[in-house]
Amino acid sequence: MQIDLRTVNITPRRQTFDHLAWRFGDKPASRYQEGSYDIQAEENLHYRPTWDPDQQIYDKAISKIVMADWHALKDPRQYYYNTWTIARARQQETTEANFSFIESRGLADSMSAALKATTLEVLIPLRHAAWGANMNNSFICGYGYAAIFTQACMFQAMDNLGIAQYLSRLGLLLGDTAALDAGKAAWVDGAAWQPLRRYIEDSLMVRDPFELFVAQNAALDGLLYPLVYGRIVDDFLSPQGASAVAMLTQFMSDWSVETQKWVDAVLKTAAAESEHNRALLCDWTKAWSARAASALLPVAALALGGDATAVVDEEMAAFKTRLAKTGIQL
Amino acid sequence: MDMKTDKKKLGLKEKYKLLTRDLGWETTYHTADEVFPYVKYEGIKVHDWGKWEDPFRLTMDAYWKYQAEKERKYYAIIDAHAQNNGHLHITDARYLSALKLFVQAISPGEYAAGKGFARLGREFPGVGPRVACQMQAIDEIRHAQTQIHAMSNYNKFYNGFHAFADARDRMWYCSLPRSFFDDALSAGPFEFMIAIGFSFEYVLTNLLFVPFMSGAAYNGDMATVTFGFSAQSDEARHMTLGLECIKFMLEQDPDNLPIVQRWIDKWFWRGFRILGVVGTMMDYMLPKRVMSWREAFEIYGAGNGGALFNDLARYGVRLPLEWNDAVKALDHMTHQLNLGLYQWSFGTAFHTGIPSDEDMAWLSKKYPDTFDKYYRPRWEHIKKLKEAGTPFVNTGLAKLCQVCQIPTPYTEPDDPTALCLRESEYKGELYHFCSDGCQRIFHDEPEKYIQAVLPMPQLFQPPLGGDIGAWMNWVGLKNGVDNGDYDGSEDQKNFAAWRATATSNQ
Repeated sequence: MQIDLRTVNITPRRQTFDHLAWRFGDKPASRYQEGSYDIQAEENLHYRPTWDPDQQIYDKAISKIVMADWHALKDPRQYYYNTWTIARARQQETTEANFSFIESRGLADSMSAALKATTLEVLIPLRHAAWGANMNNSFICGYGYAAIFTQACMFQAMDNLGIAQYLSRLGLLLGDTAALDAGKAAWVDGAAWQPLRRYIEDSLMVRDPFELFVAQNAALDGLLYPLVYGRIVDDFLSPQGASAVAMLTQFMSDWSVETQKWVDAVLKTAAAESEHNRALLCDWTKAWSARAASALLPVAALALGGDATAVVDEEMAAFKTRLAKTGIQL
Repeated sequence: MDMKTDKKKLGLKEKYKLLTRDLGWETTYHTADEVFPYVKYEGIKVHDWGKWEDPFRLTMDAYWKYQAEKERKYYAIIDAHAQNNGHLHITDARYLSALKLFVQAISPGEYAAGKGFARLGREFPGVGPRVACQMQAIDEIRHAQTQIHAMSNYNKFYNGFHAFADARDRMWYCSLPRSFFDDALSAGPFEFMIAIGFSFEYVLTNLLFVPFMSGAAYNGDMATVTFGFSAQSDEARHMTLGLECIKFMLEQDPDNLPIVQRWIDKWFWRGFRILGVVGTMMDYMLPKRVMSWREAFEIYGAGNGGALFNDLARYGVRLPLEWNDAVKALDHMTHQLNLGLYQWSFGTAFHTGIPSDEDMAWLSKKYPDTFDKYYRPRWEHIKKLKEAGTPFVNTGLAKLCQVCQIPTPYTEPDDPTALCLRESEYKGELYHFCSDGCQRIFHDEPEKYIQAVLPMPQLFQPPLGGDIGAWMNWVGLKNGVDNGDYDGSEDQKNFAAWRATATSNQ
């Protein structure tokens, strides 16, 4: 039986703010809508940036992508600060539990030395790749247009940092500080990592926020996460006795699936806006994903050896299928 | 199983370093200058980013954990506040003018600050400062959103909140904070840090935040005060970041001192001009007042700020140039600004009013040297005009200061009977200023400030062409509803009627 308490009933004079009523009609707005639409200044920008007087402080024109309304780029997860933080805090609890489960039972020590070495070899340099992703997403938030799009990029940036930190903890757990040192040396000098490092450093030079979104969040991470955490950790390392590693990287697997939904929604909306956008997105995605695939090949080979080419090709095919659903044909 | 004991025990500091700073590397495919293109043009010399001391050590897992706890509590309280008609528990609906002003003028600034910190989170070459800036970037998004959410329920029942997004871009008095934040965002990364991280967060936050949130607590506004408590630990982090950053700049190279000092001078005065609005709210808008603006400045401005500058003296930093002008303005500023707001209240999306006899008694007690002498007689005169049915309205448009955008309502620092006006010619155009401080700031960067958007001249340009009704539509102001005197307003009538329903059986 339901019991309804009574409160004094006062008829509201309006249901929401004008800018939301204009978009959705005068009905109660969700907190996502209230926190995301039209909260960035748009008009009467006072001064040109001294760091680049050709730009406005908030400037749609620094991207080649053209949107009639950048607020169309909404997030299907409806993340605003509150929902994002709470979602991540829940995942953080699981990750913490996984780490302490593995630490308390000494499960890391039950892995063979060879398996441990492969794990560290493949995963630890990726903390630097995640750090590059963090810089790129901070850039997209900083220079992109409309809060509804850019806030999600800032959340992504902080997720990237969280991932870099989880990978560092994994390194400390399996191989102490020496593992982090070795990983960094490989990242900076190891032949297998140079194409990927070059990819990241080249992406740091991209100053079109939307192209950077494609290079980082669609092309690189769209291939890297399924390849590393799906094909290498889950399919290759785990069956050999590294299920502990799968537990320690559960955050990354779940995160990749979740964030792809957002990335796809953004791409789909931008591509549907115009043929101009679609053509641009095709070009960018094609160029960056081809580079990403070849940069990831030597990394995959560290674990998969001669099978790496076939596995990377399969992941590239899966990526093409995924992108086709957003209206972008590679 | 004794392998585990081989592990080096890492100290907190060392571990944090591995989880942040160690993530970075020196790029080789592109030079540092290419990757960080904006970090040199301001002239700040940094020799070793590694010398940066992390002001707080927060990893993402801990950040998520703490922040989620705070978020859960905050939204539970504002949900309850909305569900139980918490708006009827405030002291009086005239208090809401302070909130209206806040959501129109300050919350958009929180968002703008977040945008700036996201840029710094990419542009600083040091990993430590980048991480700290990124955390502040999401915190600022948080603050903008939680503030809008706290105001959401008030907007359903009261006027003046509904068009805050239009007001942010178009309302004349919002161009004061907008020009402040636009100024910071158009500056380089180090100046932004001084503007927002140091001047705003460190020197001025206490004056903005503490009185505002205490005002909310004193006036029964559960939603806003809960935001205040929830944001407190974020603000503490932001303050330590601002301070660390200024010390870092000063320690890196002695050549940085004159640049930093110039920014401190500029941003102190820019910030002080914003605080005039906060002070006016404290002295005139709160039905139950916490303390006077003068008292707040003595404690948080002169007290804490003074101690800070003593601390920075060892680097050669002196008090901001216009510090004495600020002190001299204490007894006058809020009274002069409120007189201005009252006479232009046809054009404000909040209500103003004539102070009651009780209010005036309080003001003369708090401002014994000035209120009865200079300001009570004006209010008495304005009161008479209102009683005679000819309320005082000034439909003439004020001259705006080219820098701070205030309609030059203030008097000379040493003569409260003479308006303070300054002007300068630059490239054949005449520019007006409210003070020596603003005039000096203009001359340091004239090419920047001649770009300023001035709302008053804008009103006379196409498409508005001086039509006040068209202007009201454009800024989202409903005439006779959002603006004017609180006495006789819809907000006043509705609040009284709803409170009667809630507290009696009528």
